[in-house]
Amino acid sequence: MSIDQSTAARVAKLARIKVEDDALPALASEFNTILGFIEQLNEVDVTGVDPMTSVTPQRLKRRADVVTDGDQQAKILSNAPDAREGFFAVPKVVE
Amino acid sequence: MSDLNKLGLAQARDALRKGETTSVELTTACLGAIEDAGALNAFVHKTPDLALDRASAADKRLQGREEAPAMCGLPIGIKDLFCTKGVPSQAGSHILQGFLPEYESTVSQNLQDSGAVMLGKLNMDEFAMGSSNETSTYGNAVSPWRRGNDDTALTPGGSSGGSAAAVAADLCLAATGTDTGGSIRQPAAFTGIVGIKPTYGRCSRWGVVAFASSLDQAGPMTKSVRDAAIMLGAMAGHDAKDSTSVELAVPDFEAMLTGDIRGKKIGIPREYRMDGMPTEIENIWAEGTEMLKAAGAEIVDISLPHTKYALPAYYVIAPAEASSNLARYDGVRYGYRATLDAGDGITEMYEKTRAEGFGHEVQRRVMIGTYVLSAGFYDAYYNRARRVRTLIKRDFENVFADGIDAILTPATPSAAFGLGEMTDADPVQMYLNDVFTVTVNLAGLPGISVPAGVDRQGLPLGLQLIGRPWEEGDLLNTAYALETAAGFVAKPAKWW
Repeated sequence: MSIDQSTAARVAKLARIKVEDDALPALASEFNTILGFIEQLNEVDVTGVDPMTSVTPQRLKRRADVVTDGDQQAKILSNAPDAREGFFAVPKVVE
Repeated sequence: MSDLNKLGLAQARDALRKGETTSVELTTACLGAIEDAGALNAFVHKTPDLALDRASAADKRLQGREEAPAMCGLPIGIKDLFCTKGVPSQAGSHILQGFLPEYESTVSQNLQDSGAVMLGKLNMDEFAMGSSNETSTYGNAVSPWRRGNDDTALTPGGSSGGSAAAVAADLCLAATGTDTGGSIRQPAAFTGIVGIKPTYGRCSRWGVVAFASSLDQAGPMTKSVRDAAIMLGAMAGHDAKDSTSVELAVPDFEAMLTGDIRGKKIGIPREYRMDGMPTEIENIWAEGTEMLKAAGAEIVDISLPHTKYALPAYYVIAPAEASSNLARYDGVRYGYRATLDAGDGITEMYEKTRAEGFGHEVQRRVMIGTYVLSAGFYDAYYNRARRVRTLIKRDFENVFADGIDAILTPATPSAAFGLGEMTDADPVQMYLNDVFTVTVNLAGLPGISVPAGVDRQGLPLGLQLIGRPWEEGDLLNTAYALETAAGFVAKPAKWW
């Protein structure tokens, strides 16, 4: 499978990372190197093998569905690049 | 006592308990060594005031009647990946510039509760993605080791490069590391120290900046196997805040260091004998095998047939998980936000923030992860890799079921390389650094790197021992026997 520039641009868009047009050829080429390496996996017979979901033989633990925490607005907002009136602030989303 | 920073954890602990020194003296010696070692760029956020406060408190505790905990008064470094309350925690990334956590990671809290003194935060590859510490926003960490009289700057390895450089250069008694594909064991091998990645689930991941959640584990990087046993005991334990943390008692690992490995079965996997492997690596592996045999272990040739596919599986699974974990860095809740142009909306904010905030390697891995998870490729890449991962784990289960107690392999395919020497190589060449270590993460097993000798240029070489799940105590004991037989005492000559 070979990745062209338009696929590279689409992946960058999906990942929400701005890539300038002139950087796309190099990016596509790096993707192809890495994917070429990954494609060795096609040599393995995986018939009847389940995909691993947990590396340790334990079910994901459940906790009681109760409130254990809260009232930490100031702490939660303390690292925000832009916080106003108790909220995270972002550029206008809806016109 | 002089050169207190050169002590290991066990030696310093014993000296503290005998009243031969104080935590303040130990801490002051380390802070001095850190100030002198700017050229290594290992400590990237220093916390001297906090350290001296904690050292004074530890000294009081040591004088009191109560039994002092295991790490009481011992000065250590913390990898920048651990969130530490009120102290910068950037994961080596520009995108977390200015981030001051409001909470403490469970592992660093456990260490603090055990009386350890944090000296500061240690350099690392950005988001732990790298094998040479060259992807850090802080610049390269530099190894204290050199090739004889050649002054080429060498890598301390990665991603825990700052931790490795700091411990090897005696800037601290020990340090925390994290290991997703080899990030504790490879830098430990490159710098002549001990590093153990415990069984997945042994140490809580809560408050550790996530890279690939199904692979990440924290562990100690120390000057001896005994020190690793002491520090792992203090770091480990069940934590309700990490749903993958296991509810198992933490044994007294140090008490299990008898050095007696008579009758243990040590597996030598034939698939780890790679084409083009340097003779010196083959030799050290053979020597290590002989040492364990001489100590009474039974050596068994074993096969782990899917070894070859571990790295390609890893380079699907780890980027996939990273692309998901790193989606949180969006310029809204913490860290860096790009300056926007007039008319930019929220999508431009995300895209510019992530383009400016993430370095090249992180961007590449996030995008690879996005690709392998995208519609149409999920089965072909991600699910296939997870199936191969099942087979890799099964390889280990089979040999353990046959009675193998531990597996001996080289830790790295070469000694440390020069900073910048891999710049022109394609990314896959750098990934090959983890060829012997990454299988262990995929199978969730404990693995330890032990310094075993030096190459002809005087650089350290490490051997890796892989253990059964949850049997870190037995693994540490085998490592202890190897360490004793190898008698590695080389130290880097101070040039910094």
